[in-house]
Amino acid sequence: MPSDHSDGLLEWLGPILQGALVTLEIALLAYAIGLGLGLIGATARLSPWRPLRALGTAYSTLVRAIPELLLIILLYYAGSQALNALLAEFGGDTHIEISGFVTAVGVLAFVQGAYMTEVFRGAIQAIPKGQLEAADAYGFSRPARFYRIVLPGMLPNALPGMSNLWLILVKDTALISVIGFEELFFTAQQAAASTRDYALFYALAGALYLVMTLGSNALFARAERHVRRGQPST
Amino acid sequence: MDFSWLSDPFYQKALWTGFVNTLWLVAVSAVCGFALAVTFAMIRLRGPRPLAMLVTGLTTVVRGTPLLVQLLFFYDGVGRLLPEIPGLRESLIWPLLRDPFFYGALTFTLSVGAYTGEVLRGALLSVPEGELAAGRAFGLSRWQILYRLWLPRAIQMCLPTLTGELILLLKSVPLVSTIALMDLLKAANMVRDETFLVYEPLLLIAGIYLALTLVLTSVMRLIEHRFPGARPAAPKRRRLLPG
Repeated sequence: MPSDHSDGLLEWLGPILQGALVTLEIALLAYAIGLGLGLIGATARLSPWRPLRALGTAYSTLVRAIPELLLIILLYYAGSQALNALLAEFGGDTHIEISGFVTAVGVLAFVQGAYMTEVFRGAIQAIPKGQLEAADAYGFSRPARFYRIVLPGMLPNALPGMSNLWLILVKDTALISVIGFEELFFTAQQAAASTRDYALFYALAGALYLVMTLGSNALFARAERHVRRGQPST
Repeated sequence: MDFSWLSDPFYQKALWTGFVNTLWLVAVSAVCGFALAVTFAMIRLRGPRPLAMLVTGLTTVVRGTPLLVQLLFFYDGVGRLLPEIPGLRESLIWPLLRDPFFYGALTFTLSVGAYTGEVLRGALLSVPEGELAAGRAFGLSRWQILYRLWLPRAIQMCLPTLTGELILLLKSVPLVSTIALMDLLKAANMVRDETFLVYEPLLLIAGIYLALTLVLTSVMRLIEHRFPGARPAAPKRRRLLPG
């Protein structure tokens, strides 16, 4: 028995680590896009223009009220159909199979953006009004005010939420396996099915996720110290 | 949009079963999970050191790995190893161990215990020491202090966070569609496979979840308002919990 186990493990270790790399790539890309979507969403939610505010609210409320797995399946179908329609519009008759990678990143980023919207909204609102007024008094343009005052001012408030969302995102990448995309957990499931060693490979996948989440926890703790430099410790 | 399949009693029954299973799973996991959370929090605060470290480790693993991986680890991994334990097949608990509902409830209970345990631990720590000292001065026993003072005050402080945790639990239920348990998503997948309608069944259950979230949030809001005593000022930096 023991030699059986180690044979299967050795054979599958490479593909599983490969899968872990894909998982990290998806998560990093989706996070970057999610940050952008979150900034746009927060700006929309705080906008003085009502329709834009309503749009931002609808985005963050709807996405956050529906289970992630359901959204991922729904957006997977809707997303690939929409993209194909778009390609058909511009590229004539070419029906391109959209890569699973693009859909996975897009879907996760869309969900991530909604949660990020709320984090950024709260963090921006927590910036003292006087700082913004001071920027206006110094004649800062709107973009300069955003980059020089709003962004660095909100980061200390937003970072705890951002780090939690990153952890949620890393764990949510496992949901992509349900739509058949080959990342860490999908590969682990294949390994488990072919060796019948379910407990071993699922525990291995779990351990790899744990390494990723604990590792990023340490990184975020450092980042938080950095953006809070010069602030009184709480 | 074609919703004509809704009149088929077969699909009606599947959706209803899925709906009932979803609510049951949330109810069982919320109640058992909360009991586990109180236990975890108390062990970490007052328990013997080795046990406290064990709970801390378990909490870290549960919070650091995907819930889907945990669910399949218990269902496919542990569940397949169980029949190899001699005598278990003949025992009274075997029917329970064959039921996929058991594995769903087990995974979610553990998850609620770990996440909510952390929330409760923080809340228990922020109950002013003087209130507990007052309890001791009145001659309350340790249990009485826990049940009458410490726990109610802690729950009062973190009730909004508990609401959030409950919604997270509700939203994790579709994961059980990956095991042999009929939930709303599995019912929708069945309709999708048989009628080739992609959006209608998925949008329908998205609507059901939306409604359930709204109902659950308003019910919890009602409870929050009913809780005696004014709500204390929100803590300065309330961390969103990783889910």
